[in-house]
Amino acid sequence: MSKFLKVLTVAAGVSLVAGAAGAGKLGLGTEATPEQIAGWDIDVRPDGQGLPEGRGTVAEGEVVFAEQCAICHGDFAEGAGRWPVLAGGWDTLKSQNPVKTIGSYWPYLSTVYDYIYRAMPFGNAQSLTPDQTYAIVAYLLYMNDVVTDDEFELSKENFTSIRMPNEDGFIDDGRPDTPLVSEVQPCMTDCKEEVKITKRARIIDVTPEDDGETAGINVD
Amino acid sequence: MSKSDRPEKGIASPSRRNLLKAGLAAGGLAATAGFARAAEPDPYNLPPNVADWSRYLGVGVDNAPYGMPSEHESEVVRRSVEWLTASRESSINFTPLHDLDGIITPNGLCFERHHGGVAEMNPTDYRLMINGLVDKPLIFTLEDLKRFPRENRIYFLECAANSGMEWRGAQLNGCQFTHGMVHCVMYTGVPLKYILEEAGLKTNAKWIMPEGGDAAGMNRSVPIEKALDDCMVAFKMNGEALRPEQGYPARLVVPGWEGNMWVKWLRRIEVGDQPWHAREETSKYTDLLANGKARRFTWVMDTKSVITNPSPQAPITHGKGQTVLTGLAWSGNGRITRVDVTLDGGKNWHQARIDGPSLPKALHRFYFEFDWDGSDLLLQSRAYDETGYVQPTKDELRAVRGENSIYHNNGIQTWHVMADGGVENVEIS
Repeated sequence: MSKFLKVLTVAAGVSLVAGAAGAGKLGLGTEATPEQIAGWDIDVRPDGQGLPEGRGTVAEGEVVFAEQCAICHGDFAEGAGRWPVLAGGWDTLKSQNPVKTIGSYWPYLSTVYDYIYRAMPFGNAQSLTPDQTYAIVAYLLYMNDVVTDDEFELSKENFTSIRMPNEDGFIDDGRPDTPLVSEVQPCMTDCKEEVKITKRARIIDVTPEDDGETAGINVD
Repeated sequence: MSKSDRPEKGIASPSRRNLLKAGLAAGGLAATAGFARAAEPDPYNLPPNVADWSRYLGVGVDNAPYGMPSEHESEVVRRSVEWLTASRESSINFTPLHDLDGIITPNGLCFERHHGGVAEMNPTDYRLMINGLVDKPLIFTLEDLKRFPRENRIYFLECAANSGMEWRGAQLNGCQFTHGMVHCVMYTGVPLKYILEEAGLKTNAKWIMPEGGDAAGMNRSVPIEKALDDCMVAFKMNGEALRPEQGYPARLVVPGWEGNMWVKWLRRIEVGDQPWHAREETSKYTDLLANGKARRFTWVMDTKSVITNPSPQAPITHGKGQTVLTGLAWSGNGRITRVDVTLDGGKNWHQARIDGPSLPKALHRFYFEFDWDGSDLLLQSRAYDETGYVQPTKDELRAVRGENSIYHNNGIQTWHVMADGGVENVEIS
């Protein structure tokens, strides 16, 4: 066989493998049954896709919240210790210390349901019933003044009618937002007359040491 | 020196730990975690003497069926900053960048970020479900995944919050803490498009939602274009199985994009026609600007670099003369094409030497060798990528984003080298 033919043969073999992969349908995996999917398909979207049947009132939510959530988040969702504050924070987003709560920051209510059901209570995830989850979400809406009636009941039916205060607070990624090389041509020599140190980490002194703890400020 | 003059075995120098403490107390160098000063040499091991290791047999094979680093490297470890988070299960630790070289991060040193602790999954019971807008919802075992054609790719993974503590000013003394939420390994896995094509995408499939099998059920929305471009489902890192803390037995790889999207312990991918707006892409991982508006879906990790040596945990201990400066650069948009360094706070810049592989969306290693005259230095590095992006200064970023962004801080880092070789984290005019 000529060298040329050998190369052709090798190339054809490679393309067969690549072609098979690209076309899909390798016969791998098994079909997921509706029961299997139902057990794992827990996500909820802003348009309501994924919401289970169920309902819960503010008052019911207050009870569940006190039992399951308050130890970390406080009785009134004000946060305990270092754990997240879930309510309040109005008019803080432009300040030096923005308080990003469900009421002040989160754009969609579905995120609250989705996250609570999948990840809370911390250490016992996916243990709440749909009714308990609706009730907790209703209580959080009440604590954030999104609903003001303490007899309010949240359900699959009225869920998507609730709009969050900061829904319009989000914009698309604006990057790149600093000059590209074609616009700045970075300087290489004699770029500055004078340089001064303006900030020092050791003034703040929050770097951990191997032999001791260091207390400090939390940026998030 | 005759044999009888040799000291008894075991009369060694004081422990390295004590020496280290003494050194810290005596010297003016920064007392920072991970800072290691060379121990005093033991003259009995130096020429013309013949050390014990040259006389007596060492341990044989099978002493360590899974090999570990030398005991003298015991300070090369991940470290955390306890005050950053409320719990240890939803927390972060940091890669010791100042102790590493080249572009590959050893598996045991890759930083960790968990939201519900490390899930302990057994590979036999591992399942990956694909559902939603597909022709046929499927469940794969790990063995199924390993029957797809595989690829090997080297990528960096950076947490969006890397350097997040530095938005308002220099805060932490050590590149491990300021820049250590990045690692770079070679992944072996299956292109995600093969897996999605096996289930068959419906024509209105625009987004996917990868979901973790951990107690946080981590979920994110990824546009279908990215999913079909270069995403992978990986089961090996640097040739061996993923470490549990990196998502064993399988994780998503989302090259160049923020680490939170690289869902670990991947259990399900739902295909949909719109994004989910999950907690980690609304409440977290959104970039709050000074005007109170927040950017969302800020996926790409922009061009960034840092000098890893010298740095606060890696001071200059040899005094003046020939000195090696080294560091890392990376871009979520492709290859790094150039890195400049300055020794005088930006008055004059020098092009650094990039050595080793230059791969898209991977760490790049750079060096600059110089003759240190023993005077104070203000070190910075500035990286460029193949799209024409130039790493900005921190002040340039603050001018457009304010100080509340937390995420995506890729500003130029400054280290102040003092006359004694100690190094501190500063900002300059």
